Amino acid sequence: MLKFGAKRWLFIGIALAIAASFLSPNFNRYYLGVGIDVGIAIILAVSLNLINGHTGQFSLGHAGFMAVGGYFAAWISLKLGESAEVFFPLSLLAGGLFAALIGLFVGIPSLRLRGDYLAIVTLGFGEIIRVVAQNTEAIGAASGLKGIPKLTNLGWTFGLAALTIYIITALVNSTYGRGFLAVHDDEIAAESSGINTTRYKVVAFVTGSFFAGIAGGLYAHHKQFLAPTGFDWLKSVEIVVMVILGGMGRTAGVVAAAILLTLLPEFLREVSEYRMILYALLIIFLMILRPEGLFAFKLKRRQTS
Amino acid sequence: MSEPLLELKDVTIRFGGLTAVSALDLTIHSNELIGLIGPNGAGKTTAFNMITGVYRPTSGQITFAGKNTLGIKPSRLAGLGVARTFQNIRLFGSLTVLDNIRVATQLHNPTGYFGSLWRGKNWKTGEAKLEKQALELLEIFDLAKFRDELATSLPYGAQRRLEIVRALATHPKLLLLDEPAAGMNPAEKDELIRLIRFVKDRYQLSVLLVEHDMKVVMGICERIAVLEYGRKIAEGTPKEIQCHPKVIEAYLGAAAV
Amino acid sequence: MEFLQQFINGLSLGSVYALIALGYTMVYGVLRFINFAHSDILMLGAFAAFYLSPIVEKFCGPQSPVGAILVVILAAAICAIIGTLIEFFAYRPLRGRPKLTVLITAIGVSLFIEFTCQHGKVFGSNPRPFPKLLNDTQFHFGKLAIGSNDVIVLLVTAMLLVGIWFLVQKTRVGTALRAVSYNQQAAALMGVPVNRIISFTFAVGSALAAIAGILYSMKFPAIEPLMGVQPGLRAFIAAVVGGIGNIPGAVLGGLIIGLLETFAGGIPGLSNYRDAIAFGILILILFFKPAGLLGRSTVEKV
Repeated sequence: MLKFGAKRWLFIGIALAIAASFLSPNFNRYYLGVGIDVGIAIILAVSLNLINGHTGQFSLGHAGFMAVGGYFAAWISLKLGESAEVFFPLSLLAGGLFAALIGLFVGIPSLRLRGDYLAIVTLGFGEIIRVVAQNTEAIGAASGLKGIPKLTNLGWTFGLAALTIYIITALVNSTYGRGFLAVHDDEIAAESSGINTTRYKVVAFVTGSFFAGIAGGLYAHHKQFLAPTGFDWLKSVEIVVMVILGGMGRTAGVVAAAILLTLLPEFLREVSEYRMILYALLIIFLMILRPEGLFAFKLKRRQTS
Repeated sequence: MSEPLLELKDVTIRFGGLTAVSALDLTIHSNELIGLIGPNGAGKTTAFNMITGVYRPTSGQITFAGKNTLGIKPSRLAGLGVARTFQNIRLFGSLTVLDNIRVATQLHNPTGYFGSLWRGKNWKTGEAKLEKQALELLEIFDLAKFRDELATSLPYGAQRRLEIVRALATHPKLLLLDEPAAGMNPAEKDELIRLIRFVKDRYQLSVLLVEHDMKVVMGICERIAVLEYGRKIAEGTPKEIQCHPKVIEAYLGAAAV
Repeated sequence: MEFLQQFINGLSLGSVYALIALGYTMVYGVLRFINFAHSDILMLGAFAAFYLSPIVEKFCGPQSPVGAILVVILAAAICAIIGTLIEFFAYRPLRGRPKLTVLITAIGVSLFIEFTCQHGKVFGSNPRPFPKLLNDTQFHFGKLAIGSNDVIVLLVTAMLLVGIWFLVQKTRVGTALRAVSYNQQAAALMGVPVNRIISFTFAVGSALAAIAGILYSMKFPAIEPLMGVQPGLRAFIAAVVGGIGNIPGAVLGGLIIGLLETFAGGIPGLSNYRDAIAFGILILILFFKPAGLLGRSTVEKV
């Protein structure tokens, strides 16, 4: 699929995002805000999809890595003060790298575990990150981190969303990246075909954490306020549901699900008191009736590059 | 003879209270075709799993090409030249036939993480080379026509063949085949015998074959080792094995002797 | 003295965790998945007692032991029914599906119960005072103060644990349960009514959770729809630490988590990190013993 001019699509995506960014002062502020929410959700869901979908590992701690990146990037911006805007891309990158580093520390010991054990351990790490944030004065402790400059705009959000989609798709659609799917399908066969399954899992985990960190940075400079409670495991579940709804391992479906699930609460504002109940029911019925995802049709896997 | 390719010395493995393989000695030289037979539960597959690094022996020593392999991960052993197939076929179900082979070919010519992101010239030539290699292999084993099918959608015999091709794609020096004839009809079995001979000659490798079908084993193996209750009870040429009293006893029960 | 006091507190908290952990472990034993909704059953048990106790009080008088026992039994029965219903409607249709699907469904069920109960027309999200089921008298031994409730918690837990052990090891149902847990298909072929055994397991686990919820509320007498989340998580961790699927392991894990948490709570710098401690222990233990303390590591058949 990415054989010809894959990079060209990436550039088109980024160009569109930047153009939108210049036009954005004309947009309604509410829609603008929702639009950025959507972009951040896409980054989170597509990156988690590499771990949970393509590689078949079950992480329930994506929000934790988002928190790491968000807090770190926001902290840098606050330290920089005036010049935060100039260094914004670097702050985002630093947040992503820091999240990736934590992901590495978390991934190496825990990825030996399988299935639900891994889910619980990643959930645990997410909670530990939250508790640490709650108790660290430098980042506002329990009362949260306030006064983060508003630097996130459509351009950055969708430019980075395009980059995320490109990177994950390019990765998976290469011989190297087929290894992730091999690990997903059969770890023992993968090992005996020379695929270092541990390394693949860690690489998937670190890559996913990196983008979660980037998304966290965008989120921080969008909401201008971070509270530890915003990154509890319910947030992780939300991202997991996007991945499942989209059909694990199908990037296009996951993007669609991220858009849908971010917009859905906005439409449900009328019945907001029942919103979360409906959301929970949606999860249950989806799992029982359409476990392969909403957009799963009997497709042959796309031919490879 | 030259230095052995694979050598098991006094290899024992216990699971809880059960000793699955006990004090096994086995030597394989380059370009040999050895059979490993024995009744169900004799420990043949367990021996395979120890050779390929899936299980770690409780005691004893395994050397491959002069290297002690204890504690080496299966993926690294594959890099050293040990490849295998599985009793219950284990293909990558979400990958196409071509991709099943490609992921294995990259072992010795990796195109890499950043390469696949940047997609520069080197990466493109590397990928093209891997694809060509994989296609050649499929061509040889008459699987090229399925290249874009999902691996698990192939007919049974083709899946078995594909597993062998995937093992060959890692350029092994030793190929372990775990009951390749299981579930095949007589015609397919004849075809398999031809195939194993062909593989051995063309790729100049050693084969260790676990198989229940005596016709296949006796037909192609140069030497056969017999396991019973985790112990080796006999080893020799097919002729010697066929009239070995302990082997007859193991297979037919004591009364038959 | 201080140490002994903390020890008793920890023991009583740990035994509540152990009770909850039993439910996780038993369900995991038969179905191999984490029943996330288990922690909400605990909350429902507490709320059942909350609504039942004024009614029972009318007949038995305030804080009578008979009334308390009646409340506990009724709450346990209600939760047993809820637990079986959840299994029947949400989990049974998923029998044989990938673990992940079931796990996500369990999370969905848990969220459904929590959000529904938080709704103003159900329980509402404000904490409510838990009724005093029994008079809590303090026994003093020198500087050591032991509440009668702590003693009751310990006694009830001990009795239930022995009961469960007997049920699982010595009865026909228990044998069937172990058979299902060991190999579901083989058990079915041997004529074990697998579905009935699974329902039974959910009923017992949920009843235990309800009792644990009441005991927990006697210790921390403010109840709200999310009250189950924290003890539930810790009890789950306890089950994994002890070796999930293993009944003595759940008890051991529960006591370890309860004790460590109580002792850590007494150390000034550490007390803020209470929530993280249980997870820290879990990660450490899984790192060294991936199957838990008493769990037996299984070798995947190749």
